[in-house]
Amino acid sequence: MKKIEAIIKPFKLEEVKDALSELGIEGMTVTEVKGFGRQKGHTEIYRGSEYTVDFLPKIKIEIVVADGALEGAVAAIVKTAKTGKIGDGKVFVLPVENAVRIRTDETGDKAV
Amino acid sequence: MKNKTTSVLRLLAAVASLAILGAVTSTLHAEDTPAAAPAAAAAPAPTPVAFADAPLKAQTAYLQAALTNGDPTPTNIAPVAVAGHTAWMMVSAALVLLMTLPGLALFYGGLVRSKNVLSMLAMCLGITGLVAIIWWAVGYSLVFGTNFASPFIGGSEFFFLKGIDSAPNTSYAYWIPQNVFCIFQLTFAIITPALIFGATAERLKFTALMAFVGLWMFVVYFPLAHMVWGATGLMNGVWNADAKIPAIDFAGGTVVHMSSGWSALILCILLGKRVGHGKEPMPPHSLVLTMIGTGLLWVGWYGFNAGSALAADSVAANAFLTTTLATAVAAFVWPLLEFILKGKPSVLGMCSGAVAGLVVVTPACGFVNTTGAVIIGVVAGVVPYFAVTVVKHLFKYDDALDTFGIHGVGGTVGALITGVLVNPAVNGNLVSDAYAAKNGLKAAIESHSLIVAQAKAAGITVALAVIGTLVITLIVKLLIGLRPSVEAEHQGLDITDHGEEGYTH
Repeated sequence: MKKIEAIIKPFKLEEVKDALSELGIEGMTVTEVKGFGRQKGHTEIYRGSEYTVDFLPKIKIEIVVADGALEGAVAAIVKTAKTGKIGDGKVFVLPVENAVRIRTDETGDKAV
Repeated sequence: MKNKTTSVLRLLAAVASLAILGAVTSTLHAEDTPAAAPAAAAAPAPTPVAFADAPLKAQTAYLQAALTNGDPTPTNIAPVAVAGHTAWMMVSAALVLLMTLPGLALFYGGLVRSKNVLSMLAMCLGITGLVAIIWWAVGYSLVFGTNFASPFIGGSEFFFLKGIDSAPNTSYAYWIPQNVFCIFQLTFAIITPALIFGATAERLKFTALMAFVGLWMFVVYFPLAHMVWGATGLMNGVWNADAKIPAIDFAGGTVVHMSSGWSALILCILLGKRVGHGKEPMPPHSLVLTMIGTGLLWVGWYGFNAGSALAADSVAANAFLTTTLATAVAAFVWPLLEFILKGKPSVLGMCSGAVAGLVVVTPACGFVNTTGAVIIGVVAGVVPYFAVTVVKHLFKYDDALDTFGIHGVGGTVGALITGVLVNPAVNGNLVSDAYAAKNGLKAAIESHSLIVAQAKAAGITVALAVIGTLVITLIVKLLIGLRPSVEAEHQGLDITDHGEEGYTH
């Protein structure tokens, strides 16, 4: 099992979700996050007071998949979240030791 | 230490309440004795006749005067409250209260950080209560009474609103009840101090704020309002034949905006900057609230400006139009400047321009024509813009929500420009034989030198506001202190001063 953490632009969420659903991925956890990478923030001006906003709003998607589904899922995310401009985000892949479905006590691949 | 101070304050509040109760009891008894005859019976006036007993010609003239807000004195029939004028003034009073509750509360509330939003609402509500009590006890009388025969302060004849009923007070308006005039003026006395605390937002203790207001009304507002609007006032060019300075201020450029704006500057300097000012971002937490507040202020301002005609007459109608034009133009010019200089027209810029337009046109609205109003709109969009975006940063004072930049600077500009754009064609009172011809106003307008009187009035206003605020601030600082602890300021005044939060998720 692998965990995919993808940081993407907020307006790409629907497209990414639909692409993952088509692959048969049935669940995901989505969080509104803030952060920055190479993309610079923006400036806000309130009556002459300028503030630089470094932390930009992004969406973090977390999904856990069986090893066989990993490659397709990552490719789908990268393809749909891409705009080609700076700030598109990143995808991280982490190993997962185990998973338990609380309702049925199923474990491992069956639980994700 | 803190507990001790709090106990002392609570005790003081209790004592004050008892004193008020005592005063009420004494006035209740006073009502039993027959009301004294009016003190100021200067010239032996002929005994007024009843409407029904008057000759037909006098009746017709009287009705004509009632319809047009004219002077009924020559008819020898006593004026009464008339439906149309009274209805408009009751609506106007409600509109001006709407400017504070919730107009100003939301305007300021949106501009602070979310941890301080309630402190702005509490300020507006708290001042409404406190000022209403003072107004009832002595405030109205100190502004609009006359038995001290002083150009600087009113009188004692209306203490505890003694004798104030639905009969008109003809020193101010022939056709509206004095109780309506009293509440209309009360709403001005409420919003004026409330404006000050935009400058001190996010760092002034609520107890200090209330104590400051209690003193400021007596030291600054009551004398100033009497000088400008009182029947014996020093600077009441339109309605006091003996005014030493024949200045004009239709709806409160000096009384409301200059007084609050200049006091705000002094208070915010003495108070010091917010913790973290200039280092951490302090953006408005909700420009949506600020926009709603702006709209309520604008609409409410029709009561403030057009209502200041004290009748539903041609002067009110003109003030309605000039107010709209100046405000709309300023609301356009301010963001236009932003667009040219910074690249983006902001919503806060549009709101700021609208308020600046309302402020600058306030002293002028009943005295200028539509061309004058458009000029005022342009000036209001430009001058306060630079006061707020350039001057403030140059001198590095923390006028948090720009009370000085908009009300102090805008009010001063308005007072002066009124002297230039004044136009007697829109308001005959400017050249009346009864007042303006006697005190020099008519001559000043005809020789285009009214700006001299306006500058004098502005100078007196600044002096009173600055010196008064200096003294009051030092007293309050000595007695109860001005600022919360640094920790409390970090946490936000909503929790530390009021024990509640504006938003719980």
